[in-house]
Amino acid sequence: MTKIIVLLKDIVDLNEMKIDPSTRQPRTEGIKRRISDVDKRALEAAIRLKEKNGGDIAALSMGSDRTRTAMLEALAMGADSLYIVNDRGLAGVDALVTSKVLKAAVEKIGGYDIIICGEMTLDSLSSQVGPRLAELLGLPQVTYVKQMDLEDGKLRAVRDLEDMDEVVEVELPAVVSVVREINEARIPSLMNIMRAKKKPTEEWDASALGLSAEELRAESSIEIVKVEAPLVERKRIVIEADSVEEAAGKLAEAIINEGVVEA
Amino acid sequence: MRKTVVAYSEDRELGLQILSKGREISDKIGAELCALLLGHGIKDPEEYVRHGADRALVVDDQALGTFSVESYQGAALEALKDLDLEVLLIGATKRGKELAARVAAALDAGCMTECIEIDVDEGGRLLGERLTYGGSVISSQVSKRKPHIATIPPRTFKKADPSPRDGEISVLDVVIQDQKVKVLESRGKSKGDTGLAEASIIVSAGRGFKDEADLKLLEELAQILGAKVGCSRPIAADLGWMEEWIGISGYKISPKLYIACGISGTIQHAAGIRDAQIIVSVNSEEGANIHEISDYSIVGDIYTVIPALTKALKDRIK
Repeated sequence: MTKIIVLLKDIVDLNEMKIDPSTRQPRTEGIKRRISDVDKRALEAAIRLKEKNGGDIAALSMGSDRTRTAMLEALAMGADSLYIVNDRGLAGVDALVTSKVLKAAVEKIGGYDIIICGEMTLDSLSSQVGPRLAELLGLPQVTYVKQMDLEDGKLRAVRDLEDMDEVVEVELPAVVSVVREINEARIPSLMNIMRAKKKPTEEWDASALGLSAEELRAESSIEIVKVEAPLVERKRIVIEADSVEEAAGKLAEAIINEGVVEA
Repeated sequence: MRKTVVAYSEDRELGLQILSKGREISDKIGAELCALLLGHGIKDPEEYVRHGADRALVVDDQALGTFSVESYQGAALEALKDLDLEVLLIGATKRGKELAARVAAALDAGCMTECIEIDVDEGGRLLGERLTYGGSVISSQVSKRKPHIATIPPRTFKKADPSPRDGEISVLDVVIQDQKVKVLESRGKSKGDTGLAEASIIVSAGRGFKDEADLKLLEELAQILGAKVGCSRPIAADLGWMEEWIGISGYKISPKLYIACGISGTIQHAAGIRDAQIIVSVNSEEGANIHEISDYSIVGDIYTVIPALTKALKDRIK
């Protein structure tokens, strides 16, 4: 039986997030947290592997008190169990420390054949956790996967690189990161949402993983100093007119007056 | 041992671009600047010296003939192991990013992905600016512990003009490990250059278009303006009507004029068009975010506005 661990992160819903125009800060309070889009597709990929080959899917997330609610969707989609690492002492640590925590969690879950994650989470866009985890576990990594299947106990995948598609094969266990193009994540049925709440869920803090949050914090190297939207001044002129032709005429005049086309 | 800054990319042009930034940083912290070259049949390593390197570290081995992250990581770690590594800059291609993360893990170091600006502070710590939250904000970060590692996207920095300089070429003999991931086939992508990166006028389609055939409305507008045609992500990634899209995950553009038609203006799209000089939007939704980030907007149906705009421009141009 193939055991798959999928790494998931709950992030602020970027479609709901707005930038405060006066402070240029992102407004994240009160916005629902969801599983990052590419991560959800990583889970979908795991579910499709399981549907075809059989197996078991454990969802693993390092998060906060709000993670459990967001992760119910993973259980509703088809993950068999959920593991959350939640330790306030680890808030704001970098990818270096995150991968160490995930390594400990993955080892505690144990018995895995494939670890699947998204190529990046859409909040931090750092693209590091998959390869870092592979290094820490001493496993091969197959990144940017847009298609995969199991054949004779090996993973065969198509990697989506800038200049080529690369077809690769690797023996398990391995770490896989997927790109957005791999699939469309399913929307769980109401029935499966109801069932999700009954699936096994475990929550660990750092010490449950044999780690010290304090020591790990000290190891975190990258610190965020400031987050600010770049200053962009736009005219924001809405063209008003009585007819489409008049509006189009005014817009054409405006474009020409800007000197950005050869008139 | 002398402090060292190392620059690497498997893409030579990008390697030379980050080398110029590496030169600035090396001069600030009084470090030697090394270009790392990995591959097989490496030509003209002196080019890196002419573009600013004090030394080229060359690992030339048949096993490095094609990029594999395992063998490249092994070679890179061997090449770096005897250096007093302060800063490692890697080109942020897909291959470069997976290599950087894996090298960083092996060195127990932090890494800042896709920095659009980097510098060092008085303490020699690396400062980076990078886009986060889907590309909507700039996150200023500091790497507190050496070695400091950052990846840098193509065209972020300009390569230095070549000049005759003295520099050393060190050819390293390294044992390359076997790779566990076997490449069965490489299918080259016939990625016809879209010309979007350099275009001075771009007209662009979003979900407001109901059918692929309707894109001809946009092509007619493009023809009058001498513009390139682009699109937002769903048009390419989900519907497949075009190959490439504009946005943080696709093309970042900087035209003089950008006309967004039927595009809602997600923060990912907004991040990709931020450097446009003038942004024009046509969208029937009054509350669409694209109007918030435009210079001129028409709230209206693209199916009537685009032909009218094409005609209005035709009457006024030439």
